[in-house]
Amino acid sequence: MIKVEGLTKRYARTTAVDNISFEVQKGQIVGFLGPNGAGKTTTMRCLTCFMPPSSGSASVAGFDVLEHPMEVKKRIGYLPETPPLYPDMEVSEYLTFVGRLKGLSGNELTRRVGEVSERCAVADVSKKLIGKLSKGYRQRVGLAQAIIHNPDVLILDEPTSGLDPKQINETRDLIRGLAGDHTIILSTHILPEVEQICERVIIIAKGKVVATDTVHNLTNRLRGVEAVAVEVEPRSGALDAGAVQSRLEQVSGVSRVILKDSRDGRHLFEAESLQGKTIRGDLARSVVESGWNLYELRPVALSLEEVFLSLTSTDTAEPSGAVAE
Amino acid sequence: MRNTWTIFQKEITSYFNSPIAYGLMAFFALISGYFFYVYVAIFVQRGMESQMMGRPQPMDVNEWVVRPVLMNISVIGLFLIPMITMRLFAEEKRSGTIELLVTSPIHDLEIILGKWFAALVLYAAILGLSALNLAMLFMYGKPDWRPLVVGYLGLLLQGGCLLAIGTFISTTSKNQIIAGTGTFAIALLLWVLDWVSSYGTEAWAKVVGYLSVVAHFEPFSKGVIDSKDVVFFVSMIFLGLFLTARSLESLRWRS
Repeated sequence: MIKVEGLTKRYARTTAVDNISFEVQKGQIVGFLGPNGAGKTTTMRCLTCFMPPSSGSASVAGFDVLEHPMEVKKRIGYLPETPPLYPDMEVSEYLTFVGRLKGLSGNELTRRVGEVSERCAVADVSKKLIGKLSKGYRQRVGLAQAIIHNPDVLILDEPTSGLDPKQINETRDLIRGLAGDHTIILSTHILPEVEQICERVIIIAKGKVVATDTVHNLTNRLRGVEAVAVEVEPRSGALDAGAVQSRLEQVSGVSRVILKDSRDGRHLFEAESLQGKTIRGDLARSVVESGWNLYELRPVALSLEEVFLSLTSTDTAEPSGAVAE
Repeated sequence: MRNTWTIFQKEITSYFNSPIAYGLMAFFALISGYFFYVYVAIFVQRGMESQMMGRPQPMDVNEWVVRPVLMNISVIGLFLIPMITMRLFAEEKRSGTIELLVTSPIHDLEIILGKWFAALVLYAAILGLSALNLAMLFMYGKPDWRPLVVGYLGLLLQGGCLLAIGTFISTTSKNQIIAGTGTFAIALLLWVLDWVSSYGTEAWAKVVGYLSVVAHFEPFSKGVIDSKDVVFFVSMIFLGLFLTARSLESLRWRS
């Protein structure tokens, strides 16, 4: 559905996107993940024909963005980072306007305005001025605007930024609900979002793609590593956190121990294992054998966050191995 | 065409949904009404004077009222136009809605024409207020209506030209105030260029003088349609809209 090959976008002094390539199949939800300034928005803007790439090509549904921009634009629904809203319009008036821009008319237009208002849960404010709406509503009006012409491809630039947790959940549900009919590219720097919504992830850093994989596979890379939260109360109160920490570090298979919290004479550590080792049993034994109280021992899910950080923070971006040392 | 109409509708609604249109109309009605009053008063006074002298001369309403009023309206237009055009693109750029327009399946030219027409129609509506004043002349006298029509055609041409320039300047900034000030500066410059040329007869003075919009409007106010002036205004409109299109396009390469 979407094909990007060697896409590069240079600005006057910087290269925002550097030779990236990826493909998205029909009906997929793909997360476009990267720190701020990584080139997510620029890539999306190239795909939506907002700006032409400096070199390389991008095509949507078989139409090249440079050669057939009109065909591409007809097939894309785009929600920029700030929803493109006119505060002095009513919601229904706005959706009608956008619908017309996208080529709808007559009964179909009226029908679609009704449908997307229902779908994005903005029907109850359809006669309100957009300027008077809360941020969550505005975001949903923005989404409604993007899907009004039932496009094949939806491009959403940070659709949940700036919303409160409840609104974020609502928006995510909405996006997931759209998945069947549309191919969706969604950019974000929030990791759980990708884990929750997307099937595939494209991780981008400094304008380069550093990893492309399914969410499942990416988290699997970390399978070999176990992270455990350990809360210990050294019974002989004199013992400080440092001593406990060095004891835990000696447990075989432990790669590192981090002190998270100290309170009421108890210390909370997070221990990570070496690749392929299980450490929970050994940790427990070691604590008990030292004569301390073990308050808690619980596996901490190593999330995409770690993958993400390790992939994006190393200068020599190394797609695979850089995770588990 | 349909898309141009969509944009046009949106712009017109937006003008009349906000206080801009009404504010400009009130401002214009006040100033143009004042000038109308002044010229009518002068006309009446002169008329009485010439009768008291015992040698009543025929006085031409068109010459004494219509022409100077139209000339004044043309100058007031210079002040109004920046306020009409400043928001056209600057506002869309600031609020990010330009992304919606540019990524919709419509051509840049359709966006530009829709906006420019909307500005022109608002301008025409504002000018219409002064026509109410001038219409009163027909209740008490018999002015020639043809110079009046030509005068308004000239005002629309001059307005269209400055609006096109204002539209272009509006694409260059995210800030409405800057866009407005810039347009005002250019409009003012195009007005006073006329003064420069009146002091010199050299070639450069003629060239500079030729660029003065007010000098090109003057024949219209007398009821004269000179193709040279029409060509000037129409080509300025094209230039303004062409620059707007270029600027909108460059927005994509740079932004």
